[in-house]
Amino acid sequence: MLSLPNVLAGIILSALTAYVLFGGADFGGGVWDLLASGPRKDQQRRLVAHAIGPVWEANHVWLILAIVLLFTCFPMGFARLAIVLHVPLTLMLIGIVLRGSAFVFQTYGGGGGRVFATASLVTPVLLGICVGAVASGAVGDAGRGTGEGFYAGYIAPWLTPFALAVGVFALACFAFLAAVYLTLEAEEPELREDFRQRAFIAAAAVLVLAVVGWALFRHTLPLNHRVIALTGAAALGTFWSLWKRRYWLARLAAAVEVALVVLGWGVAQYPYLLPPDLTIAESAAPRVTLELALTAVIAGAVVLFPSLYYLMRIFKGPIIRKTPSVAPPTTPRARPQ
Amino acid sequence: MSDLLAARSQMAVSLAFHIIFAVIGIAMPVLMVIAERRWQRTRDPVYLDLAKRWARGTAILFAVGAVSGTVLSFELGLLWPRFMALAGPIIGMPFSLEGFAFFTEAIFLGVYLYGWERVSPRAHLLAGVLVALSGAASGIFVVIANAWMNTPTGFTFANGAFTDIDPIAAMRTPAALPQTLHMTLAAYAATGLGVAGIHAFLLLKNRTSAFNRAALTIGLLVGAPAAVLQPISGDIAARSVARRQPVKLAAMEELYETRAGAPLTLGPGIEIPYALSLLAFHDPHAVQGLNAVPRAEWPNVPLVHWSFDIMVSLGTYLALVGLWAGWLALRKRDVTMHRRFLAALAVAAPCGFLALEAGWTVTELGRQPWVIFGILKTADAVTPMPGLIVPFTAITLLYCGLAAVVSVVLYRQIIRSPA
Repeated sequence: MLSLPNVLAGIILSALTAYVLFGGADFGGGVWDLLASGPRKDQQRRLVAHAIGPVWEANHVWLILAIVLLFTCFPMGFARLAIVLHVPLTLMLIGIVLRGSAFVFQTYGGGGGRVFATASLVTPVLLGICVGAVASGAVGDAGRGTGEGFYAGYIAPWLTPFALAVGVFALACFAFLAAVYLTLEAEEPELREDFRQRAFIAAAAVLVLAVVGWALFRHTLPLNHRVIALTGAAALGTFWSLWKRRYWLARLAAAVEVALVVLGWGVAQYPYLLPPDLTIAESAAPRVTLELALTAVIAGAVVLFPSLYYLMRIFKGPIIRKTPSVAPPTTPRARPQ
Repeated sequence: MSDLLAARSQMAVSLAFHIIFAVIGIAMPVLMVIAERRWQRTRDPVYLDLAKRWARGTAILFAVGAVSGTVLSFELGLLWPRFMALAGPIIGMPFSLEGFAFFTEAIFLGVYLYGWERVSPRAHLLAGVLVALSGAASGIFVVIANAWMNTPTGFTFANGAFTDIDPIAAMRTPAALPQTLHMTLAAYAATGLGVAGIHAFLLLKNRTSAFNRAALTIGLLVGAPAAVLQPISGDIAARSVARRQPVKLAAMEELYETRAGAPLTLGPGIEIPYALSLLAFHDPHAVQGLNAVPRAEWPNVPLVHWSFDIMVSLGTYLALVGLWAGWLALRKRDVTMHRRFLAALAVAAPCGFLALEAGWTVTELGRQPWVIFGILKTADAVTPMPGLIVPFTAITLLYCGLAAVVSVVLYRQIIRSPA
């Protein structure tokens, strides 16, 4: 239903999807940095750094945008989320700080490569745990356990097999996205094959973890079978295009696949913001706030999308057009002084 | 340590840390753009080197600022969920606009940093200008949200809930203009004089370095005018506080009893008659003392008072250094060769940042015990989660470690003179 709260909830979900597709892939890059191996170990790491360097900060802002819109438009939901998920959210923030700063220190010759890679591994799991906790209904009032005390109130809602499975699933999705994207970024055929191989492994992990997550799910939410079918089709498409080495198509299919996973979560939850009791409509801010937020989003988009397009065209253009890169990597890596 | 104190301390550490990166993220792009413009005009490689070094500095600080800013946007809810549940719909607007401004800044910083060889010189410079503008805009939006906490407007408050909310009126809160003006100038003054001061220190050791002289000049160009204008904006801010938050002013000046023609206390036993009334209202009007409100509604008076005095003293020093620079420039003296001026400037390097921290201590502690002045107490806004000393300790350790690493990397990347 196209009500104002639903539109804004949709925008927030879209911002989260963008964060997963762009920022998530940057985290996945960190995973491949950690797992770099074989004769081209250093080239793999260089490729990751080169691919995420110019764009990771812009990609990161999608999360800030989602959170800011959430507390503006759904303040009750945000407050409850922040209380119940205080522990994993704080840990996730520490991960975000370590990942971002270690990456920039590494770029500018201050070391920190291992911290960057490790934080890239932990942060997505925590993000996934939070999503899993919400989806399982543990953040909603009625869904929370009845026990007393710290553990019951602040640990039990998210320390569940299902939430943990969603956490690992998120990590696998991010690594999968990164590997598929990197096949297109790699210039040398061997390096491209390295990431093609990694993309297959990650795709298989995504599949296995999706099944595990589904098995652990308590079925409190109705799953939309049409979305699941579409996701499956996109997954097959990614496999096929990777197999045929059609990397452009693989990138598109992988992005669609993961976007559908996020969308599927949103659709399953509808009309709840925090199942099983807090609906989007109930938790929405007054109408005037929603109208202004929507205006700000539209005005922001008018500035943002051309700028983002410009950024991506400059740095990802040669890759998207599949022409050899114009200039040698210009990453200002530590230069000897 | 009580949970409330732990939450307040965590917020304080997070803000104190983030603010340094935020102000440098606002002002450093201006320095970088001036250097690039000078390089484009003169083709003097010193300016290109400077622009690139400052861009690298901006990149490092912006990255840390971006992630520590993310922490803050979450902490608003993690530590103060009841505040956000109540105030989110009213002050979400400036935060949303800040989100977009920040996004623009991140995009064009990417273009600037990695685009030296990929876009035309003009487009590159324009990207730098956009970074500077969007940086200033995002700072202004965030300060507007803080201003609203000091002088909340745009709603009717009844039975513990806001009705008839008007987010636009909330953004036009009376404290918005004085606070944003004071903060934006502070960003330019602290960063500009900070950079100039570091290079003044290096010049004192080696007077011939063209690199240090160019850096010092550009730093002064940005920092000195802002430092000279800052006392004027400070006066505007103080008069706004006097009218709308008299308790905060009384704490700033340690004025316990309401007095007409209130004196300004400079130290134990040193008073300037009428000065406080004149400063606060520009006439010998009565200044409300702390005794006008119950003791439970007083902020921490000594801390607010001392922070205020530290800020004013440091700000005065910076303004004098700025005036001195202007005087030397008027007399066509080379500021980079004037030994005593260089020494004064080197001393000024950390002062702007210390003044900034002191100033935020005044405005934040001075608002206590309220989180929304007169509406919601901080104690009623805090999260019910126990054991808040744990996240407080974790965040503090994290930021201490980060501060150390950032200092080392910055020194290696920017300040160290080219070999």
